[in-house]
Amino acid sequence: MTDWIAIAKLDEIPKLGARKLKTEQVEIAVFRTGNDEVFALRDRCPHRGGPLSQGIVHGHAVSCPLHNWKIDLHNGQVQGPDEGCVNTYGVKVEEGVVYLSLASVESAA
Amino acid sequence: MNRQKLILVGNGMAGVRTLEELLKLEPEMYDITVFGAEPHPNYNRIMLSPVLAGEKTVDDIVLNSREWYAEHGITLHTGDPVVAIDRQARQVKTASGLTAGYDRLLLATGSNPFIIPVPGHDLDGVIGFRDIRDVELMLESARKFKKAVVIGGGLLGLEAANGLKKNGMDVTVVHLMDILMERQLDKPAANLLQASLEESGLEFLMQAQTEAILGEQRVSGVRFKDGSEIPADLVVMAVGIRPSIELAQTAGLHCERGIVVNDTLQTFDPRIYAVGECVQHRNNCYGLVAPLFDQAKVCANHLAQLGFGRYEGSVTSTKLKVTGIDLFSAGEFNEAEGDETLVLQDPAQGVYKKLVIRDNRIKGAVMYGDTMDGTWYFQLLREGTDITSFRNTILFGQHDLGDAGHGEETRVVKLSDDAEICGCNGVCKGDIIQAISSKGLFTLDEVRAHTKASASCGSCTGMVEALLASTVGEGYAAAPSKKAMCGCTERSHDEVRRAIREDGLKNMRGVFDTLGWKTPDGCTSCRPALNFYLLAAWPGEYQDDAQSRFINERAHGNIQKDGTYSVVPRMFGGLCTANDLRAIADVSDKYKVPEMKVTGGQRIDLFGVKKEDLPAMWKDLAAAGFVSGHAYGKALRTVKTCAGKNWCRFGTQDSTGLGVQLEELTWGSWMPHKFKLAVSGCPRNCAEATIKDLGVVCVDSGYELHVGGNGGIKVRITDLLCKVGSEAEVLEYTGAFIQLYREEAHYLERTAPWVERVSLGYVKQRIVDDEAGRQTLYERFKHSQQFAQVDPWRERAEGAEAHEFTPLNIDRLRAAS
Repeated sequence: MTDWIAIAKLDEIPKLGARKLKTEQVEIAVFRTGNDEVFALRDRCPHRGGPLSQGIVHGHAVSCPLHNWKIDLHNGQVQGPDEGCVNTYGVKVEEGVVYLSLASVESAA
Repeated sequence: MNRQKLILVGNGMAGVRTLEELLKLEPEMYDITVFGAEPHPNYNRIMLSPVLAGEKTVDDIVLNSREWYAEHGITLHTGDPVVAIDRQARQVKTASGLTAGYDRLLLATGSNPFIIPVPGHDLDGVIGFRDIRDVELMLESARKFKKAVVIGGGLLGLEAANGLKKNGMDVTVVHLMDILMERQLDKPAANLLQASLEESGLEFLMQAQTEAILGEQRVSGVRFKDGSEIPADLVVMAVGIRPSIELAQTAGLHCERGIVVNDTLQTFDPRIYAVGECVQHRNNCYGLVAPLFDQAKVCANHLAQLGFGRYEGSVTSTKLKVTGIDLFSAGEFNEAEGDETLVLQDPAQGVYKKLVIRDNRIKGAVMYGDTMDGTWYFQLLREGTDITSFRNTILFGQHDLGDAGHGEETRVVKLSDDAEICGCNGVCKGDIIQAISSKGLFTLDEVRAHTKASASCGSCTGMVEALLASTVGEGYAAAPSKKAMCGCTERSHDEVRRAIREDGLKNMRGVFDTLGWKTPDGCTSCRPALNFYLLAAWPGEYQDDAQSRFINERAHGNIQKDGTYSVVPRMFGGLCTANDLRAIADVSDKYKVPEMKVTGGQRIDLFGVKKEDLPAMWKDLAAAGFVSGHAYGKALRTVKTCAGKNWCRFGTQDSTGLGVQLEELTWGSWMPHKFKLAVSGCPRNCAEATIKDLGVVCVDSGYELHVGGNGGIKVRITDLLCKVGSEAEVLEYTGAFIQLYREEAHYLERTAPWVERVSLGYVKQRIVDDEAGRQTLYERFKHSQQFAQVDPWRERAEGAEAHEFTPLNIDRLRAAS
């Protein structure tokens, strides 16, 4: 079984934005930062379940659109005085194509 | 990287606060070493009085534990004062003989209590009131002895006297002047204070000049100039503090009363900075905490080599921390020639309030007995707010000013601990006070971050500020009068707007680079604000940045708690036809809309729409002639109308027709915040025009224009701007008013607080008096509308921004799993 599968071209994700990726098991938010790094997190804020893919991306963080919780894209940790954590999944970019690690999705599910 | 060495001399509040600010900016720049004379880590010196009074313990008031220093890699030497600075060798030397080299040196040596050099001042039992050691000595004396004399009837002296009294001593306060706390109080307030303290058992000797302190080894009494004597086992000198400058002076740094610093907190030696009570800045030495925190922020900015902060001095306010006594003063509380005073005196309730007014602005305030509104008056004072429109009720407090939601609740200090302060996040008074004391919070932002109180709608901000002020006393760092936009910059909204205009900054990157943003791409506060400022400044030129808009404006619908969206089609002036309603009904059926309702602004709201369905739904609505209702945006929302003279037997003008014209003129425009209009056909005002951002009330002879109303959290009735005679004028004045608001208000500032901030007089001058100016504003508004009145729904229905609405969907993923 190949682990990495292509999910989108980098250009299909807006800079400082995100796309939602629907899978059978889970909805995933795929983020692109200002310096073109890509991250994948479960699309569900640990606070009240807000869709993180709809938030504003700044630095290496996204702020949830519902109540502004700030989540670190590197590790899914909630920042600041709030506490919580969201699943992260492996992603990589090669030659303008974004790949998701299937194994990381399955081990989290 | 080779780190530079920073040494802090003085392990007190100002110095350590500077380190905290520095670590926020540049955590890696310096190896930091701290030398403190006292054997304790940094503690909250302003809380010594509650410790003396037995209301807190020493542990309660520690601000930075030893672990904090360790966590941040700071080397801490306590109980070892620095005794010499060698500026050539860039070294300091301590009492124990330790030496350490520095690249930058920060002096925060604080101040010493002033001991009057009368005979006997060096006897045992004569002390100041300055540190934990003094408190320990006082507590020990209270256990062994009976009679205490406090010399000095100022803030510190009274707090000391109160504490000693609580510890069972008989206390006499000796004061040189004829009133207590003459630097903070006027005569009536001081007399109320004295009466109340006498009732609690303190004795006072006023206008008494100490001549000698009597005794052999230990103090036994005090003698005055008039020859009289009183017995004493303990004498506390609390006549003032002197900046501690010996160290700096011996090192050859320029000192006057304090160590002289410039606006960057730099001393005459560029490698040496100084903050806190030891400094003299623009001829002022401060002894309160709030100014020290302002200084800390600026000093840290320069130590971090950012180099753009400036400290320009502080206005201070005072509260006395004696339980059961409420007292507040700020600014120039003794009126000068030509000043007006507003006074409220209720001797039976023990309440006294006085405001000193100059040119309709508060210059000073003294309050006794009821100090709830102290923070509000202080804010008006610092911001120089014109109080003309509410000066007839100002003494009754802020809750009297149209705060329909809260009213009496603002008497927050009297509330019980389980009283809910923040209704949005369910935070009680006890939680807030607990967080303030246990985590050592000083600012509104800190309280918001830790408790969430006032972090949502903000309507309880005043109460939270009052709790901060009453819990930490004068240490409460009231928001500085110049407020930075957000943590990404030191610049205020006004400064950023000016730079965008004057430096011709036409995109966000340009703003970040030119103005030295601290973050690579801003944050959720500044990005939406900048996007609006750029859009407003450069209509047609600036390329709107979708990723800097909050999701509602990016998706052109309101996100609901379950992640679905709501859709509100525009119905101009609230008018609709049977065909319109049929089209909405069809769309509702087709997309299985689970719920519909009529909104407060006379439109129809369709709830529960899936994001993927939005473009198709908009396409159907566009085909039926609808455009976006912008119910989701910081934008022109709706124009609410009444029936008007076409139908209503009272109607004086065609309010619906005028409403339609107004909405056709203004729809699509982006604003600092949401903007609502209404037109009522007669003074019965059925369209509720007087709680709108701009309301038109038709009368027989023309049209009244009302501005700055708000029906939300805090109801505010509009102010009458003017009366005009024709519909064309209504349109012109409205367009000009909106444009002025768009060009000058801060992002997320509704018209109500904006009008209060800039004053109605200013708005009248720009819109009513200056005819040419009004016309230019109106022209600029119409120009920007050319680019704004493009229906975002139709664009998206036709395929724009498709990525926003289509999720990535990978069948392969399912197949492989």
